[in-house]
This record gives sequence, C-alpha cells and structure tokens, in this order.
Amino acid sequence: MRDGLARTYQHIVRAEGISLSYGNIRALSDIDLAIGRNEIVGLIGDNGAGKSTLIKVLTGVVRPTSGRLFVRDAEVDWARYSVHEAHRLRFETVYQEKSLGDKQPLWRNIFVGRQITNRFGFIKVDEERRVANDLLSQRLGFRGVGIDANSAVSKLSGGERQGVAIGRAMHFDADLIVLDEPTVALAISEVRKVLDFVRSIKDSGRACIYIEHNLAHVHELADRLLVLDRGRLVANIKPGDISLEDLTKFLIDLQHRLPSGREGR
Amino acid sequence: MESVLPTGGLGKRLGHWRRLAQIEGLPIIVVLLLLTGLFMVAAPGVFLRWPIYLSFLTTVPPMLVLAAGLTMVVAAGEIDLSFPSVLAFSGFLFAWAVGVTGNAWLGFLLAMAGGALVGFTNGVLIGFVGVPSIITTIGTQFFWAGVASILSGGMSDALQQLAGGSLYAVFAGTLFGAIPMQAVWAAGLTVLMWFILNRHRFGEHILFMGDNRNVAKVAGINIAWETVKLFTLMGLLGGFAAMLLTLENLNYFATQGQGYLLPALAGVFIGGTSVFGGTATMVGTFFGTFIIGMLEAGIVATGIAGFWVQAIEGVIFVVAVILHLVVESPTRLRAFAGMTGRWQRFGRRGPG
Repeated sequence: MRDGLARTYQHIVRAEGISLSYGNIRALSDIDLAIGRNEIVGLIGDNGAGKSTLIKVLTGVVRPTSGRLFVRDAEVDWARYSVHEAHRLRFETVYQEKSLGDKQPLWRNIFVGRQITNRFGFIKVDEERRVANDLLSQRLGFRGVGIDANSAVSKLSGGERQGVAIGRAMHFDADLIVLDEPTVALAISEVRKVLDFVRSIKDSGRACIYIEHNLAHVHELADRLLVLDRGRLVANIKPGDISLEDLTKFLIDLQHRLPSGREGR
Repeated sequence: MESVLPTGGLGKRLGHWRRLAQIEGLPIIVVLLLLTGLFMVAAPGVFLRWPIYLSFLTTVPPMLVLAAGLTMVVAAGEIDLSFPSVLAFSGFLFAWAVGVTGNAWLGFLLAMAGGALVGFTNGVLIGFVGVPSIITTIGTQFFWAGVASILSGGMSDALQQLAGGSLYAVFAGTLFGAIPMQAVWAAGLTVLMWFILNRHRFGEHILFMGDNRNVAKVAGINIAWETVKLFTLMGLLGGFAAMLLTLENLNYFATQGQGYLLPALAGVFIGGTSVFGGTATMVGTFFGTFIIGMLEAGIVATGIAGFWVQAIEGVIFVVAVILHLVVESPTRLRAFAGMTGRWQRFGRRGPG
C-alpha cells in the first residue's frame, strides 16, 4: 500500500543549505529547515521573500543552485527529483490559482498526471468520472449545487476551485500537503472550510506547509512559524511563545530594515 | 445541470440548446449538410450523382490526415506551418528509394522516417530550445522544401510502374472494388487521433499544455518531451499524407506540398477547434476538412465564374467560425446585438 516508502521517520522533509540564483539575483540563500511528520508549519514573509520559490524547490518544480534535500530522512538525488517523483513520495501542492486547467472537466483535473489507464495508456474515463463524482459529492459536499465530474473548472467559484484542489490532495493520500495561500480572494465562509481542512491534515497524522498572508489564520493553526526575508530564513518561532500583536510588529519591523547585506550582520 | 437553470420556457429552451451543443462537431455537420443541399439544388447534374462524392474520397484524404495532426498541434496551443515541406520531402524520399531499389515498401518506410525527422527537429527546437512554434516551422518549411528541391533538382518523377504493386493496392486501391483505400486509411487515422486526443494520457497532456502551461508543469507533465512527441507525430502524419498523395498521382512533383497549407488549417478551424488551445474537436476537423475539400468543386459546378471561388470560400469560413462561437456561448449574440445598438446610436448622433 505504501509503495515501499519508509514508515518510520523523524522528518518528512529536511533541507540543508538550499540556495537558488537566477543570474545575479539570489532568490534563496542557505536555507535550513526540517518539517516533522505530523507538523503544521506556517511559512510567512513579505511578497518576494522567496516563500513560493522555496516550496517549488521542495516539491520538485525548480532545482536549486546548491544544497541538499532529505525526504523521510533519506537524501534525494537532484538529478532524479521532479514533480512526478514528489508525487510518488506523497507530496501534494495546492497553489493559489494554477492548480487546475480552466477549460478541462473536473474529472481530468483530478487525475491529470496520475491517470487511471490501461496498459496502452488509454484513460479509463468511466472509472475516473465515478471516483471524481464520489470525491465531489461525498468529501467536498458539492451535491445539489450543479457541479459534477463533467463540469468545466471555469464554471466554479474561487472557493470551489480550492476545494477541488484540496480534495485531490486528500484523495491521493499525501503525507505532506503544501498550501500556497489557499484562502486568497475567498469569501469568509469558504475560508473557514479551508482552515478546517488544514486542521484535518493535522488530525489525520500528516504534515503541512502552509503559506499564508493572514497572520491570524497561521498563528491560530500552525505548530511552528518560519519567517523568510529576502531569500533568508530569519526566524523559527513557536506561536505559543509570541502573541499575534508581537508577531505582526516583528514582521513590520523586518520590512523596514535595510537590505541584509548592508547591516554588517 | 438543470437545477442551476431558471425554470420556465427560457430555461427549458436553454437546456435543450446546451444538450444539442454538447454533440461534438454538430454545427459543422449542419453546415456540411446545408452546403451539400445547396449544391444539389444549384448543380443537380453534378451533386445528385455519385462520381463527385467518389472523387472527394480520393482528393480529401491527404488533407484530412494533415488536419487530424494539426488538430492535436493546435490543441496544445502550438502551430505547424512546415507540413507542406514534408509532402515534398517525404514524396522525394519515396520516389528516390523506388528509383534506386525498386522496392516500394522500403520507399514507404523512408518517407515516414523523413516525416518523423522533420517533426522531431521541429519538436526539439520548440520544446527544448524554446523557439516559438510559428517561427520554428516557418523556418523549417523553407529549409525542408529547399532540401527537397535541391535533391530532386526540381524535377518530377513518374512512378507509373507502381500501379500494379502491393503498396499501391494497400494505400491507393479500392475496398470491395468501390471505396478508395485512401478514404479508409484517413477515416481510420482520424478515429485513432480522436481516441488519442480524448482518451489517451498523451492527449490529456496536450490539452493541459494548451490550456495552461503552468498547470501542466505543476501537474508533472514533461512539456518539452510531450512537445517533441507531438511534432514527431505531426511529421509522421505529414509523411503518410505525402504517400497518399504521391500514390494517388503516381507521380512526384518537387512542388507537391504547395496549396495544402491554408486549406488544411482552414479545415481545423472551420471545424470548431479554438486557436487558443486547450480544447479541440476531431469530429469538427473531419467534417470541416470535407467542407473545404468540396467547396471549390462545388462552386465551380454551380456555374459561378471561377473568380468567385475564393471570395465565397472566405465567407463560408468566417460564417462557420462565428456559428461555433454562438453555439458555444449564446451570450455572445447579445454582445453583438449590443454592439450594433451602439453603432446605431453613434450613427444618429454623428451628423448632429
């Protein structure tokens, strides 16, 4: 069932000295981090701090310039690491908006990249549709709102889209779920649903990296907060040790500091 | 679906409209039937007899094979303008191999390999080097057409000796003594392409690449390799179209690709495939290509002066594309009505 993946491990993912440069621009500088097997880690920082870039490295979308990566305590070979490999290692990512193809029906979106096929690569459409309909009506509560496996994504609201992307992660039974600002542009009632899902990740024994602008949400939910600033990891905080007010003040002060190179740190 | 629609007459009518619109390629099938009916009335001497239809079954297949491949390319949000050069290059390779070895099947394999080579080169340039497909294929169209001219010295090559052979029988003979084999092959390939586009993993990857490249990338699709596969497939289909064409004519011309570029593309777009990628209809391409293939003969048969042919083709093309847009989203009709309303107001205000 678990595809030969290790069952006992301390960290689902651990990074050492990850750096990434685009030409002269350093997007990430010497990042060290470790995520426990049942830990909700909030990743915060200003726009352009490198949050999205960091999770792209962790999930195989982008290869770093240097650094080492360990998954379930075993080192990963960068040459073989890819989105596909990350899927196999049971990492799932829910992006702000680019998780779903607008013009495609939901059943394709749920299975793209992991289609149920026969040995010639032809998709078993009936099976995919059936599983997609189960997922939509039972786990996501889309029954009776006119959405089924054949609906095109372009007909869904922003919250419904996040619901589908999150449902997909649940369906594929991920051990690490990365949420990249999943509540941006959602109605309050829909934000509540997303936050409940983040709690259910914790309850089901999985790990989660949660990128969020709304500090109140992340302060409420996360076991630990990592703060990124201009490509560097500048703080590793337990929410219990700092109040929401102090956290907010800390982040604002961070933004008003000079670029890190000029402070003589 | 019904529950979200307003109840009452309008809702019901919209419901029917949507169910009809879901039949793949329906608008273009209606256009084809209307056109055929029109030609039957205007030129009964030609269109109420079977030889004209039999002749379409030998002239349309090479274009249909090309259009089926182009539908996949357009679905991926790409374009291929180099296939006319494959018709020339693969045709030359075939004629050359037949002349040197006398083995027609060897020539067939070489022609297919030549098509694959052109497509593979396109795919590497587009997928790995990153040159946009429209630019790549303009360049390779000139290059391979040039290569075919150089190698053949611009000469044509008669291949009459193949008329009794097995290759000719398989690709240009008749089935049950009546149906041209080209039509059987082209129809079979179009069905296969429908399954690859709509039911195969590769087709789904193409649709996502055309829909949104970022989504395709994060879904784990290897965009560069799928692009290489896509253009190699297009090259192979171009090589096959070259074989159908060369065997039907039993002659190779250095210029035999000319005149296929726009009609094959028109067949794809008249069929309802969106130029923006992410959606495509193989059924639409099938009937769209037949419309393009019968228009010229049809217009000439009605007795209208030959000068009119292109203008009428253009009108039918634009009308068909508008029809697709309206069927897809009836709201566009309202937007259009709104625009004409504005123009009327503008006209009234103008002189004052």
